[in-house]
Amino acid sequence: MTSEPIAVGEIPDTDRVLRQVLRDVLGLAPERTAGFTPETGLFGHLPELDSMAVAGLLTEIEDRLGIMIDDDEVDGEMLETYGALLAFVEAKRSR
Amino acid sequence: MIACWPCPGGEEYALAFDRGRRARLLVLPALFDEANKLRHFTVEVMRRLDAAGIDAVLPDLPGCNESLVPLDEQTLGGWRAAAEAAAGHFAATHALTIRGGALGAPGELPALRYAPATGASLLRALLRARVIASKEAGIDESRETLLERGRADGLELAGYRLGPQMIAELEAAEPTGGAALANLAQADLGGAGLWLRAEPDHSPAQADALATLVARQVGA
Repeated sequence: MTSEPIAVGEIPDTDRVLRQVLRDVLGLAPERTAGFTPETGLFGHLPELDSMAVAGLLTEIEDRLGIMIDDDEVDGEMLETYGALLAFVEAKRSR
Repeated sequence: MIACWPCPGGEEYALAFDRGRRARLLVLPALFDEANKLRHFTVEVMRRLDAAGIDAVLPDLPGCNESLVPLDEQTLGGWRAAAEAAAGHFAATHALTIRGGALGAPGELPALRYAPATGASLLRALLRARVIASKEAGIDESRETLLERGRADGLELAGYRLGPQMIAELEAAEPTGGAALANLAQADLGGAGLWLRAEPDHSPAQADALATLVARQVGA
């Protein structure tokens, strides 16, 4: 018995979209964001990611993934690594 | 290349590619932090238009760049009046607005709007940055209390000191301009908008694409 492939296309893949947003905001090469691991440091590790850039990043994530992020939810922990940000956004999308 | 023009409130500078040609664009820049991020791109688009036989003038809005008047006394209505004065002085035939520049487009001029932004979306990003920066510094602020204070006393956002009227106007401002000719979306240029970038950046390919679209609308 062959398993059915999981239907994609309707819902954009969160991981892919998130890497794309980071690419667009930070002006990084695709190879660079493709190499991001859950441990890759973001806020506090990438000098170009200041508060204005984080604001732009969050707004762009909201627009492209159709979620709303409250200011109260934004803290250093959720932005510290790529894995933490992805987990946060995925949790948001599943709600 | 650097021109002066009589703005209500005092003389201002403009960057002008002015060779007295038939098609003459008044370029209204992006606002606040986006103005900085998109300045190089904007001027590169103007260079390409110049090469395509189109004049383009980029005025300093009062309170911005080399302007002698304070930013916190400026209003969107005042910027629209300034844009109208610049359009008259330079005999512009069209306006090209960049992002939030669409909020100050003169009423009479046919306008091409590149990725127009509402005042509310610009304000939202600025307030969010302020809240995040404050949180990092251990200061607890919320968007709501900041807005309330901004409407009463003005507010410093991303290093820009905005007056109460500017804050109130931004909350409701929609791209204006009596005669919108076309909205030029980022998707028409390919790639992501440079205003999203954390640092000012440039894309020759996007500048080529925007200049081509504008030249097609305006004609040389």
